[in-house]
Amino acid sequence: MNEVTTGRIEKKFKFLKKEGRAAFVPFIMAADPTLDLSLDILKGLPAAGADIIELGVLFSDPMADGPSIQAAGLRAKSAGANLRQTLSMVREFRKVDDVTPIILMGYYNPIYIYGNEKFLIDAKNSGVDGLIVVDLPPEEDKELCLPALKKGLHFIRLATPTTDENRISTVLNNTSGFVYYVSIAGVTGSKSASSEEVHSAVKNIKKYTELPIAVGFGIKTPEQAAIVSRAADAAVVGSAIVKVIEDNIDETGTPSDNLVDTVLEFVSSLSKGVRESR
Amino acid sequence: MTNKFSNSYKSVPDKEGHFGIFGGRYVAETLMPLILQVEESYAQAKSDPEFSNELKYYLEHYVGRPSPLYFASRLTEFFGGAKVYFKRDELNHTGAHKINNCIGQILLARRMGKKRIIAETGAGQHGVATATVCALFGLECVIYMGAKDIERQAPNVFRMKLLGAEVIPVKSGTSTLKDAMNEALRDWVSSVDNTYYLIGTVAGPHPYPAMVRDFQSIIGQEVREQILKSEGRLPDTLVACIGGGSNAIGLFYDFLDETDINLIGVEAAGHGIKTGKHAASLNGGVPGVLHGNRTYLLQDDDGQILDAHSISAGLDYPGIGPEHSWLHDVGRVNYVSVQDSEALESFKLCSRLEGIIPALEPAHALSHVGRIAPKLPGDHILVVNMCGRGDKDVFTVADSLGVVI
Repeated sequence: MNEVTTGRIEKKFKFLKKEGRAAFVPFIMAADPTLDLSLDILKGLPAAGADIIELGVLFSDPMADGPSIQAAGLRAKSAGANLRQTLSMVREFRKVDDVTPIILMGYYNPIYIYGNEKFLIDAKNSGVDGLIVVDLPPEEDKELCLPALKKGLHFIRLATPTTDENRISTVLNNTSGFVYYVSIAGVTGSKSASSEEVHSAVKNIKKYTELPIAVGFGIKTPEQAAIVSRAADAAVVGSAIVKVIEDNIDETGTPSDNLVDTVLEFVSSLSKGVRESR
Repeated sequence: MTNKFSNSYKSVPDKEGHFGIFGGRYVAETLMPLILQVEESYAQAKSDPEFSNELKYYLEHYVGRPSPLYFASRLTEFFGGAKVYFKRDELNHTGAHKINNCIGQILLARRMGKKRIIAETGAGQHGVATATVCALFGLECVIYMGAKDIERQAPNVFRMKLLGAEVIPVKSGTSTLKDAMNEALRDWVSSVDNTYYLIGTVAGPHPYPAMVRDFQSIIGQEVREQILKSEGRLPDTLVACIGGGSNAIGLFYDFLDETDINLIGVEAAGHGIKTGKHAASLNGGVPGVLHGNRTYLLQDDDGQILDAHSISAGLDYPGIGPEHSWLHDVGRVNYVSVQDSEALESFKLCSRLEGIIPALEPAHALSHVGRIAPKLPGDHILVVNMCGRGDKDVFTVADSLGVVI
């Protein structure tokens, strides 16, 4: 049913399969801490080991996010972030990188207000590969998921510890690109799941789909990223990265001179964890 | 007037929880199984006579229902027009209509075997009502309340603590009701196994808007019986204030299909809609998606939710229940707005003329009554929902009047 996608995600996972390792997927919030620094970080992510990038879209009421990503949103807000600008950031990135997949991650309202149809066209044209919209469950697929698939954008669904056997097929139906397993029942950046829990959950979802499975929420260190990578096809780290940004801003809100480098160094260490895990 | 969806205004929501384009279930996947569970359990409870009997018992013996329908003779005389009746839901146990819904939902939570209850609160009335029913049934209770609201509603905070609830100040976002709701949702996502989220108004994901409406609709049902008894006929106009809109839908619902009855919802216009400092989602917002449903919201052109403002903490919310959005769009209910200053005047007026100190929320409704009643004939029957008492607001009002208590 899909139109031809950009294929960046498919190509990436094919390549990684050959390499015999999992993908490392960092998350940053667009325009955190400023538009320029955020673009610098974004452009530096592939060289720091990012295989796929999740770019956060600002929303004033991020119901599934913990304090770190909430704070990232507030910084992005004061930097004047909006969805239009986030798309132009992706276009800037595409000038220097046409292979690393970019997934926009956020909540539905900014997209709805932008206009679903217009958003899908603009996102595709800007070089976005897929969407994760936290508050659009399968029950509301008609809204955005089906139109996105039709336009050739992947719609990546979240599966969670509360997604039981009865529901898993509902969740996987219409999911494309990969499946994002939220490894804990909780908000971003809170507790971490045990490696046994992650392994058995991934194994279980694999029974129902051939799509790659990414695992996120609660991965904070290279060691944890490595453990997850042994079971999953991708490890996502968000809160821990934006926390590094937070730690490199002083009380007056001024970013430190080496903020971008510090963030990218941390990203490198996480990616090394993933690369050396198998 | 007819309705294009069906011949009844009571045919919504559909089974996916949609009121026209409004409502729905816009929540994170972690919560979906829980919400489906609430829906299923509520459907079972609704058709179980044992549940109805239990609900009836507590409403009568614990809440004190039916609440009186009182003819406000001095205000009627003062306005010099329509006959003004008060539906006195401020006489309920805990002092507002909120308890009607809390009793219903706590009985449901018990049936579902949940041991821990969470809730959000703005003015604190819903928090107090939730803490009350948790005390009644011995359940753990956690209330999320905006730090700003905690400051302006100190008496209710103390009440909740006395009742054994833990009150968690919410400092994220704008530190008001919407942020308290975000935080309650974050809690729920993190405590799915043992926790029930007791939403206080006709908002949130399906089935909450319909379920809370059902529990509040006893208000209108009683009005029907009472007015038939005292006047021998149905009222001409019903007026209620709207934050999320639970007291209004509770009053209106039974009368939705009697289209010759005027239904008027009163939003909080704060300092005035043009100033941008208001809480009038229908009169000053556009449809969007927040807290699990699509509804009219105060937001900017990037879809970021804006701060609401109202002197009344209970109306200080940038959204409104989805059923009201639908009733607004189909034109069945007329939604108007009243400013802080007008509500303060009505607060004083009602206290002096009727010996009833109203909450700032129904004081908004009363202000609109003051606009229309003088122009209506003496045989016009108008019922306003006195949905809460004003004890909680005396500090806010004193402050606004420059009085130091």
